[in-house]
Amino acid sequence: MPKKVLVIAEQRDGKLRQVALEALGAARTIADGGSIVSVVIGNQVKDAASELAQHPQDKVIAIEGASLANYDSEHYYLALGPVLDEVQPDVVVLGHTASGRDLAPKISAALDAPQVSDVVSLEVQGGEVLFKRPIYAGKAFETKRVLSTPYVVTVRPNNLAPDAEQGGSAEVDVRAFDEPADVKTRVVDVQKKASTGRDLTEARVVVSGGRGVKSADGFKPLYELADVLDAAVGASRAACDAGYCDYSLQIGQTGKVVTPDVYIACGISGAIQHLAGMSQSKLIIAINKDAEAPIFEIADYGVVGDLFEIVPKLTEKLREKMAAARA
Amino acid sequence: MHVVVLMKQTFDTEERIRLVDGKIAEDGVKWIINPYDEYAVEEAIQLKENQGATVTVVSVGNENTTQALRTALAMGADEAVLIEAPELTDERAIAKAIVAYLKDKSFDVLLAGNFSVDNGAGQVAIRVAHALGLPHIAAVTKLTIDGNQATGVREIDGDVQTVTATLPALFTAQQGLNEPRYPSLPNIMKAKKKPLTTLTLSDLGLSSDEVAAKVERVEVTLPPKRQAGQKITGTPDEQAEQLAEILVKALR
Repeated sequence: MPKKVLVIAEQRDGKLRQVALEALGAARTIADGGSIVSVVIGNQVKDAASELAQHPQDKVIAIEGASLANYDSEHYYLALGPVLDEVQPDVVVLGHTASGRDLAPKISAALDAPQVSDVVSLEVQGGEVLFKRPIYAGKAFETKRVLSTPYVVTVRPNNLAPDAEQGGSAEVDVRAFDEPADVKTRVVDVQKKASTGRDLTEARVVVSGGRGVKSADGFKPLYELADVLDAAVGASRAACDAGYCDYSLQIGQTGKVVTPDVYIACGISGAIQHLAGMSQSKLIIAINKDAEAPIFEIADYGVVGDLFEIVPKLTEKLREKMAAARA
Repeated sequence: MHVVVLMKQTFDTEERIRLVDGKIAEDGVKWIINPYDEYAVEEAIQLKENQGATVTVVSVGNENTTQALRTALAMGADEAVLIEAPELTDERAIAKAIVAYLKDKSFDVLLAGNFSVDNGAGQVAIRVAHALGLPHIAAVTKLTIDGNQATGVREIDGDVQTVTATLPALFTAQQGLNEPRYPSLPNIMKAKKKPLTTLTLSDLGLSSDEVAAKVERVEVTLPPKRQAGQKITGTPDEQAEQLAEILVKALR
């Protein structure tokens, strides 16, 4: 049945994020020939909105305001509220990102609607949309069906195909947002991430360290390898608990779940809770001194050896190969 | 100051998931406080110790959930409330039950985990806050309360944000917020005498219609098992060479 779908399209520093197109792709499937309206919220988002409007849809709304420069649930919800009233969507689709997972439950509560979070695939069966999502951080998957509209869906980045339809000509409706006087939350400071840091959940390659890295300094060769591969650096809980790195790097059932093309586990034994966070990676490489480490049971390629010996050599060889390929 | 903590009991993160007749088997499973909720409980107790507060822990679950609530009491919470409604699986309905309990209560700080390590939907706490008209700061790694102002630090896509909020407000706990304590034996004994109230949905004035599920689980599956692959042998130099070739090929 055709539906009216609202997409909250995410941007970062004025650039449309890939997950926005993935959400739009999901919206197109769900809409089933119905209407699609997208909203981009931020400080200066006209360009992102115009880019989005190249994909066919009924309307793209850009909401701009200085107080929207950094994501905050209250401000973004206040900016979005009038659009929800106006569009009266049957379905709202967002990315399951730091901001999407924060904003979606507010929308769901406001609409008294059910929500399916963190969807990794969807299919239409007998006119009904079925949503697949991980539970227990990917130790299992559940398929869900929604019993009423309106409802809200958040989609996991890097899992759904981005919308491929071209030739859109929807108008971009630009609206100004003025911060009301009585807001209760305010972003007072933002430290931008270090330029070396790729976002863990979006990186194509993840280089991850465990207890075997032995110290904060021990992460250095991992960062060098990551640099060559344009990879993000992650860690196991053991490494975080030992204070070798920040908890924001933690991968596992507690921590982040990653599904990169290549996951390189260095000095990680492979506790069940860690495996939950990375075992859906396409290719897994493990480097560990202990030939009996459980990580080898799921690794596509295993190297029994000293990471401090192997990793720098690997970095060196990759540099050479890449230089040769460019030459 | 009154601090309310929303918590859930979950499988231990070292448990493997087994399916019996298409359902997740729960026999013999070790149960814990959801790790993110445990940070929330610890933060509440630290507020109590440092600034003076009464701490109430609230959970929606079944009779077995009292174990997790008793653990929170042993950590230092003052009272526990169990909303006994094991039939509720939909986050919308669970949030409604909590809202029904909290709507006429007075509190300054609402704490919860960032998400649960089982269903991982990350909805309930924020739904509750929105329904009660409270602002929230999600996934905080640092929280400071000063009078009716709170300051939370959170990581968002790698950036570190500092956000202020006027109380009452909800804060959801991210890893790194604190290190939850282990309850001592004397405190475990004391916890047995602390008040634990059990409420039903009808105690809360909720009809079954109001909390009827609006989403349904159709199927649970396990991911395909990964097979151990190939061991790369040779000298460290040869191993590194082979790995480099594999990587170049994989990323081409």
